[in-house]
Amino acid sequence: MNFRGRDVISIRDFTKEEILYVLEIAEKMVPIAKGEKKSNLLNGYIMASLFFEPSTRTRLSFESAMKRLGGLVIGFAQPGTTSIKKGESLADTIRTAESYCDVIVMRHPHEGSARMAAEFAEVPVINGGDGAGHHPTQCLLDLFTIKKEKGHIEGNKVALLGDLKYGRTVHSLAYALALFGVEMVFIAPPELQMPKEVIEECREMGAKLEIKNDIEDISDVDVLYVTRIQKERFPDPEEYNKVAGSYRIDAKTLEKVKDDMIVMHPLPRVDEISPEVDKTRHAAYFRQTFNGVPVRMALLALVLGGIE
Amino acid sequence: MKELKVQPIKDGTVIDHITPGNALKVVKILGITEKQPDSIISIAMNVVGKRGKKDIVKIENRELDPKEVDKIALIAPNATINIIRNYEVAEKHRVSVPDEVVGIVKCPNPNCISNTREPIETKFIVKSRNPLKIKCYYCEREVEDISSQIM
Ligand SMILES: Nc1ncnc2c1ncn2[C@@H]1O[C@H](COP(=O)(O)OP(=O)(O)OP(=O)(O)O)[C@@H](O)[C@H]1O
Ligand SMILES: [Mg+2]
Ligand SMILES: [Zn+2]
Repeated sequence: MNFRGRDVISIRDFTKEEILYVLEIAEKMVPIAKGEKKSNLLNGYIMASLFFEPSTRTRLSFESAMKRLGGLVIGFAQPGTTSIKKGESLADTIRTAESYCDVIVMRHPHEGSARMAAEFAEVPVINGGDGAGHHPTQCLLDLFTIKKEKGHIEGNKVALLGDLKYGRTVHSLAYALALFGVEMVFIAPPELQMPKEVIEECREMGAKLEIKNDIEDISDVDVLYVTRIQKERFPDPEEYNKVAGSYRIDAKTLEKVKDDMIVMHPLPRVDEISPEVDKTRHAAYFRQTFNGVPVRMALLALVLGGIE
Repeated sequence: MKELKVQPIKDGTVIDHITPGNALKVVKILGITEKQPDSIISIAMNVVGKRGKKDIVKIENRELDPKEVDKIALIAPNATINIIRNYEVAEKHRVSVPDEVVGIVKCPNPNCISNTREPIETKFIVKSRNPLKIKCYYCEREVEDISSQIM
């Protein structure tokens, strides 16, 4: 498998075997990500971290990943401090950045921006989110989390809950889970349910699906993946409160679930998971956040050729 | 006598069987008026032919290259390109949709990078020909109504 020089724009750029390979490398990175082992694998390499949009986890974990492997990081977290403010195009910003680095990690508010950047850059481009488009490293770390927590991806029943219509991460995740033949339940209010194309594609890929409007019965679910319901989607704040309230995960929701059921969330969360869940054995979302580091280490090492 | 809804021309190109209503867009996509500011172009719309209504475009003294004309397949999939030499149809070609559609269609997603002032042309990948489905190379949005998105 050859990853050297490759762009990472969408999870669809990977075969199932390639995904498993990335996860395997990520597993080996865990002790380094925790700081228990030191590494100089990417010594002398520079990563440009170009964040045109705010981010906490994606940016920090990428930077941590690069530094844990002995590499260096340049970049910006606020485009306001750069020539973009003077009207410089993304294309020119990319051409400039690539002459100072070996790999570009970027987040940008426009869909397709990472794909365009990859056309202009010779160095590999890793997409850290392009508007409502793709967020492949989130998808990989979600898969890594399921594999790590459950021992395997196949054979689980995964419920995706919340805003399934607009959610950036859930469409890619549904596709990736379908690739692994995972059984899924889509739980959302009708106005925020998974788009038809996603449902059709998953079915065509052979995934067994259930579509639901409520979380009454999740007793046979192995993974509950919660996403945020955004207030902006509702014209009426009353309606938002009602919907958000009925999808809130608390101690009561967890009364009748499997003992080893895990709750995941890409974070940031607002009210959708009550803090009382944090202490339970079901809460996997903080470990999921940590997993962003080894997964991004694996990708950086692979596209830079530090690992074949 | 032949069916001639437009005046006969000696040499040039006749684009026949254009989806009714799309003749002006065909002229625009081909950019004939800019490339050949002196050529005489006649347009007939909603002509009733043997196979129902159609539009026809007739260009004098210019033989269009079939490849360049493939662009119009997006909005006139049944069009035929007739090369006229000395008043006779000398060649007849059908149009076919290219694999990639560059610089003709505007992405319907307002938040797509191709709708910003970046130095790129729009680009769409043809997903299926029948029915015609195209998808933005950048943001992957499918275009519902292609003819309304022609630039
Ligand atoms: N000299 C000419 N000047 C202008 N238009 C012409 C000339 N000769 C043919 N045409 C037009 O070109 C088109 C193709 O002509 P052709 O004689 O091949 O017709 P056809 O047999 O009906 O073909 P088709 O099956 O493609 O409709 C017709 O619309 C016809 O009116
Ligand atoms: Mg005819
Ligand atoms: Zn687009």
